[in-house]
Amino acid sequence: MARQNVLGVYADADSAAAGARSLRAAGFTGEDYEVLTGNPYPEGAFGDHPKRNKLFVFPIAGGLTGFSLALLFTAGTQAAFPLVTGGKPILAIPAMMIIMYEMSLLFAMIFTVMGVIFESRLPRFSGAGPVYDPRITLGYIGLLATVEEERIPAARQALQDGGAADVVGETTTA
Amino acid sequence: MRNRPVLTAPQINDELLWPVMTLERRHVLAFIPPFLLVLAGVVATTVLVWQGLWVTGLQRPAFWGFFIVNFVFWIGVSHAGTMISSILRLTQAEWKRPITRAAEVMTVFSLVTALMHPVIHAGRPWRILYWLLPYDFFRGIWPDIRSPLVWDPVAITTYLTGSILFVFTALIPDFAIIRDHATGWRRKIYGWVALGWRGTPRQWQLQGIFGILMSALILPVFVSVHSIVSWDFAVSVVPAWHVTVYAPYFVIGAVHSGVSMVLTLMALMRWIFRLENYIWEDHFDAVGRLLIVIATLWLFFFFLDFSFSFFTREEQELAVMERRLFQWPFNVITIIMVLTSYVIPIPLWMNRRVRRNIALMFWTSILVNIGMWLERFFLIIPAIERKQQLTFLWSNYVPSLVESTIVLASFGMVGMLLILFAKFFPLVPAWEQKEGQTFRQTIQIGDAQVDAVIRESEEERAW
Repeated sequence: MARQNVLGVYADADSAAAGARSLRAAGFTGEDYEVLTGNPYPEGAFGDHPKRNKLFVFPIAGGLTGFSLALLFTAGTQAAFPLVTGGKPILAIPAMMIIMYEMSLLFAMIFTVMGVIFESRLPRFSGAGPVYDPRITLGYIGLLATVEEERIPAARQALQDGGAADVVGETTTA
Repeated sequence: MRNRPVLTAPQINDELLWPVMTLERRHVLAFIPPFLLVLAGVVATTVLVWQGLWVTGLQRPAFWGFFIVNFVFWIGVSHAGTMISSILRLTQAEWKRPITRAAEVMTVFSLVTALMHPVIHAGRPWRILYWLLPYDFFRGIWPDIRSPLVWDPVAITTYLTGSILFVFTALIPDFAIIRDHATGWRRKIYGWVALGWRGTPRQWQLQGIFGILMSALILPVFVSVHSIVSWDFAVSVVPAWHVTVYAPYFVIGAVHSGVSMVLTLMALMRWIFRLENYIWEDHFDAVGRLLIVIATLWLFFFFLDFSFSFFTREEQELAVMERRLFQWPFNVITIIMVLTSYVIPIPLWMNRRVRRNIALMFWTSILVNIGMWLERFFLIIPAIERKQQLTFLWSNYVPSLVESTIVLASFGMVGMLLILFAKFFPLVPAWEQKEGQTFRQTIQIGDAQVDAVIRESEEERAW
């Protein structure tokens, strides 16, 4: 069934919280709406509780990747040109550890950023979305309800009842 | 801390984004002097590449001169940026908000500038690739991973990549602000780099975790990078370089010069970009107190370096120490170094009124960096001149005009890049300032009204 978006724009956190309560009172769940803000708010400020994320997996995977690549690079290059120097072993473990340490951290950082972008559901090449209001980055708070077409009037009403300064947009989405 | 000014979101946008949205005369005026220095540096580098290394003061055995001194200096400066930012993020210090980004950006530009030096120092810059990349698969020749000349680029590349990613990811919410309020080409470009950011709770939650996670990952890199730079010297057999204390000594020296540079930058940002509402006397006070500890630690390692030489009574080591302390021009350099890095600034910083005087903090931070630049010179040059007994190859290193110009240009380059950055990106994170205002509360204690900051407890968070 086609779902549509309607955005309630609120002047402050208290009215946005009232809007979220109004939506829930009208039978909408946390899955039906999203809060859009210009800066972080404490979790649960608008009755929202973001799901747990899997970000911690990314640096671990990155660290292991970097370590493996560095091991391959350092051991491989020395084995490829096996020149014994001063009777020392071909593989210089202390020197290898320096490069393995750096590359583990390098890949852990790269994977972390990839993880943040992936887990944030970015990038969105369509921009900020089908319904968005630039006032959100001016301190306003948006409640974006994405619901079935026939429930749009109820959502709009609930947002307005919650004290929205404005209720905007309504674009058909798949 | 003083009572914080109450700022609205539109006011924060206006005050922090004006350099991005408009072009003011003061921005252009600030850009011109460093740009001219960079132009002079380009000319000097062209002369060097065209003519060869004979236009420098380098000669056997002193093949490491101004370029390497300046390389070590800028690597050092790059350190404190990310260190300050990471430590403040990890400890969730409230006063981090206005200084983290500028400090991180300074790290990036200092690293870029530092990296240029070994390339220029090679004389034929294109050949430096041969040391770093495998260029002949058929003969099986690869970079020698046992050489510090390979450790260095690996460590610095890691640090540079991490710092760029750190800055970029924290910029995404600010890109969204510019996207929302700009027009024309700005709207299009910032819309693209904002990646479709909307500010959902999940996105903010991940930004929060990112700051802490990335800080935890980059701090070990920060310590390793300057340790590895110090090993360029310490794993050699040059007297007075071949000491185990070099890694922590270099790291603490780096922190000393870097934190002082952050102080310089804070004062300049406040003056050029009118950030009085964001960078307060309290910030200078806090950084000043931090610097007293760092400078004292640095002094400890400075004496430790001497004591190791005196304890072993190695003739060659003592000859270098004698040259550092008693022979021209190093005797004068040593005096200036100790005066400017410690003796003058520390007693001043002990005074709270000085720490809260921005002009004085600015000038004392410049003094420290003069001293710390000289410290690099003091550590590197007397040793490599090899003026010791029974040495049949020695030299007096005298830097040439070309080298001096390139050193001056490096300061211009960091300044120019910072000013260019400020033209396209906010130097103070607007979203973090708004967060600070959201979490701000005034509480009444007796007759006093005190600013307080609310903080979520870790248990309440989903992560």
